[in-house]
Amino acid sequence: MSLGLLSAAYIIAGVLFVFALAGLSKQESARRGNKFGMVGMAIALVATILTIDPHAYVYILIAMVIGALIGTRVALKVEMTGMPELIASLHSLVGLAAVIVGYNTFIHILALGNMASLDSMLKIELTEIYLGVFIGGVTFTGSIVAFGKLRGIITSKALCLPGRNIMNLTAIILVLAGMVLFVIMGGNLIILAVMTVISFLLGLHLVAAIGGADMPVVISMLNSYSGWAAAAAGFMLSNDLLIITGALVGSSGAILSYIMCQAMNRSFISVILGGFGGTKQCAVDIDYGEYREMSIDEVAELLKNSKSIVITPGYGMAVAQAQYPVADITRKLRERGINVRFGIHPVAGRLPGHMNVLLAEAKVPYDIVLEMDEINEDFPDTDVVLVIGANDTVNPSAKEDPNSPIAGMPVLEVWKAQTVINFKRSMNPGYAGVQNPLFFKENSYMCFGDAKATVEEILKKI
Amino acid sequence: MIIGIPKESLSGERRVAATPKSVEQLKKLGFDVIIEKGAGEEASFTDKMYEASGAKVVSSDEAWSANLIYKVNAPDDAELKQIKDGSTLVSFIYPAQNPELVDKLSRKKINVLAMDMVPRISRAQALDALSSMANIGGYRAIIEASHNFGRFFTGQITAAGKVPPAKVLIIGAGVAGLAAIGTANSLGAIVRAFDTRLEVAEQIESMGGEFLKLDFPQDEDGSTSGGYAKVMSDEFIAAEMKLFAEQARDVDIIVTTALIPGKPAPKLISKEMIDTMKPGSVIVDMAAGAGGNCGYTVPGELFVTENGVKCIGYLDLASRLPGQSSEMYSTNLVNLTKLLSKEKDGNINIDLEDVVFRNMSVINDGDVLFPPPPISVTAAPAAQAAAPVPEAVKKEKKPSKAKYILAVVAVILLGLIGQTAPHELLGHFTVFALAIIVGYYVVWNVTHALHTPLMSVTNAISGIIIVGALLQIATDNMVVKVLAFIGVLIASINVIGGFTVTQRMLKMFSKE
Repeated sequence: MSLGLLSAAYIIAGVLFVFALAGLSKQESARRGNKFGMVGMAIALVATILTIDPHAYVYILIAMVIGALIGTRVALKVEMTGMPELIASLHSLVGLAAVIVGYNTFIHILALGNMASLDSMLKIELTEIYLGVFIGGVTFTGSIVAFGKLRGIITSKALCLPGRNIMNLTAIILVLAGMVLFVIMGGNLIILAVMTVISFLLGLHLVAAIGGADMPVVISMLNSYSGWAAAAAGFMLSNDLLIITGALVGSSGAILSYIMCQAMNRSFISVILGGFGGTKQCAVDIDYGEYREMSIDEVAELLKNSKSIVITPGYGMAVAQAQYPVADITRKLRERGINVRFGIHPVAGRLPGHMNVLLAEAKVPYDIVLEMDEINEDFPDTDVVLVIGANDTVNPSAKEDPNSPIAGMPVLEVWKAQTVINFKRSMNPGYAGVQNPLFFKENSYMCFGDAKATVEEILKKI
Repeated sequence: MIIGIPKESLSGERRVAATPKSVEQLKKLGFDVIIEKGAGEEASFTDKMYEASGAKVVSSDEAWSANLIYKVNAPDDAELKQIKDGSTLVSFIYPAQNPELVDKLSRKKINVLAMDMVPRISRAQALDALSSMANIGGYRAIIEASHNFGRFFTGQITAAGKVPPAKVLIIGAGVAGLAAIGTANSLGAIVRAFDTRLEVAEQIESMGGEFLKLDFPQDEDGSTSGGYAKVMSDEFIAAEMKLFAEQARDVDIIVTTALIPGKPAPKLISKEMIDTMKPGSVIVDMAAGAGGNCGYTVPGELFVTENGVKCIGYLDLASRLPGQSSEMYSTNLVNLTKLLSKEKDGNINIDLEDVVFRNMSVINDGDVLFPPPPISVTAAPAAQAAAPVPEAVKKEKKPSKAKYILAVVAVILLGLIGQTAPHELLGHFTVFALAIIVGYYVVWNVTHALHTPLMSVTNAISGIIIVGALLQIATDNMVVKVLAFIGVLIASINVIGGFTVTQRMLKMFSKE
């Protein structure tokens, strides 16, 4: 295949990738968008393979078939509640692939004597390799830690090593110094290897220091990194398609991280540096008063007699897999002519848009699933709000208490409704470690127990 | 604790302080309710209905023996004697207008909460009985006017001729005035409204009325911190009178609702103005109880002037919708009970530290607490809103500076690279920069609900790194080959897995 034809194929693939992302702007066009992505990928792959020496086809076939089998199996088997883990593990693969491509390029250039004729060209290539491996390495281990945290293999609490900021800074300085040395020496495998180890450690530490509540930011941040890693590989190989795709993915992840940070009123830097802000104070024991419980029968009765209900799910719904009974209740109540809607906080769950996916899985029509800004004004006219496994995203101290660690974070103002019912396992605070005064408000009632079991009980009573 | 609901003794009173629904709610708060036989009859609530909802129907004496008595009107002398010492009475009192009543009440060792003294703060809105009664009164005023008017309110063009719409003037756009505006508007009349408080213009327009502006040079605003109107200057009143005189000649219906707390109602529509009105016109004076806004008003009666203008001075407009007003009043009382009994255990606590109870308490354990210290409400929100603004401005400035510095650094860096790097690299940079910009605009358009599919699809396409591994697989070096093989394998997991899971997710998103 001619080089011109290959470039043309890459341009088409790049354009199709842009269409794929553009398609996601609306639910109606989303599926078509995904198809564009697939077609783009197919074109790029076929065009690339045609340029390769046919002797290698066997290996390619074997590798791709194995990869495809694993990929399909995982994609079809994964529970929707397990989406964050899947995405994290996929990120780690991109990171690892970037590291591999980087090493291969290095070997190709130095060991095989394919040096660039120009000295400046070589320097640039070496810089690209170095950066590509570094970003790939951070993405790889960072994603593995994120995966572990989401799975519960690693504690989701923020790891607070003493002097963690200094450690990170030292790592970055070492890496920068290594880069200068690496380029000046005209490539050195030991330096590259040492740097790879540092990048692995940095990735581990960066994500380990971030608390569970910040996972949506971490995941989108790693998404962004995996994009930049691909772009770096593109520079190494002088391949525009990789650059385009990497840049698209990189900016996509960056925007998602930005949106998530906005939704939590936190600066990106403070999330990356870990912990819940630098000003974490010891929990002051404030007497919030007493909370009231409501029995399942009373909740069912209350729901039947309401006109307008808003359900605000959180990560607890995902953990308990309660989306199906919640959807059934919604259906039943709607059949009675009750206006049931969902209010979704941007950082609800462990992944941007996590709740939307779960509700869609349970066949909740997406036009009654509203964003925080769309629903916040309607709370005063709402009879009942069901808070299912959400905590920090409905915490009034974000609005009312300027000393709260989550002060200023936009929250769902559920307490403005007539009655709020909180489904919760216990009175333990949420990920931010902040007690929630919502539970002690006049119009707020607790309904303890596993969210799924409780919701199923209520379903029977309606 | 037992709540007693006596039958209202005032002649013509049809309301009652509890409905079967409110009895249920009170019982949920831990109280027992006893109700005098026949108390709800005039409001179409039978004794049976009360019994069904858990109240005990009792004799008059027994109802008055309760520790907590809910009533609509203030008790008369005979009833007063029946109240036990140490009990609490909740009803309309109007302490400013009835000093003798306050004096009589204070001779007993009782607590008296006046439902007409609920402070106008948002927290207490749920128990503001004056507002709920005024709302009903405003509605009924228009219904009374329509009943006596003898014509349509709405304009019609029929085979039997053209009917012009009635013109209605509402003076005073408080709760009653706004309710009257809404009612008249929904009957199809042309509604004009006047108020000395300029801030209500928007509310008048929202109810479908036209706000009449005074032809008056200086902006005098009649608002007070309590949400009521104040007494205006002489010049203002002269201009106001001129406006009313003009309007009187033009309109068919006038509803006046002007009250100044603790003072007799201002005289707004003089006898001379009424004499210029068309015969058959109707005036409803909702301020009749405080002396009336109109010259001809006879409190409690319908008076017809010599030229055939009907002046309605009924005092019981809310009571003329007994079912509705009993329901709303009893709900106000339930909300009061919630505040009184925070523990929901059937015991009450009149917390005088709470501004609501401080204001409502006319008598506390025999001591006269009226008048309460003033509370200011409407001024506060404005001051609060002003404070956070400078902070927000400060916050926004900082990052913008950093952005410029970053931009300059980026330009310098790019310049340096351009200086040393070969032409080819810059070509790649062009592609890179443009792709970021495209990505930026495309991704901002992605709807929030699809963020998870966005992540999985970007995951799939970042598997494009497979291209890099593919290009390296056809080498003779074994290390490179093996590494490239692994690269192709894992990248294809990404590509296939990412697209498949995205497709699976997107299939689930469906509309009804």
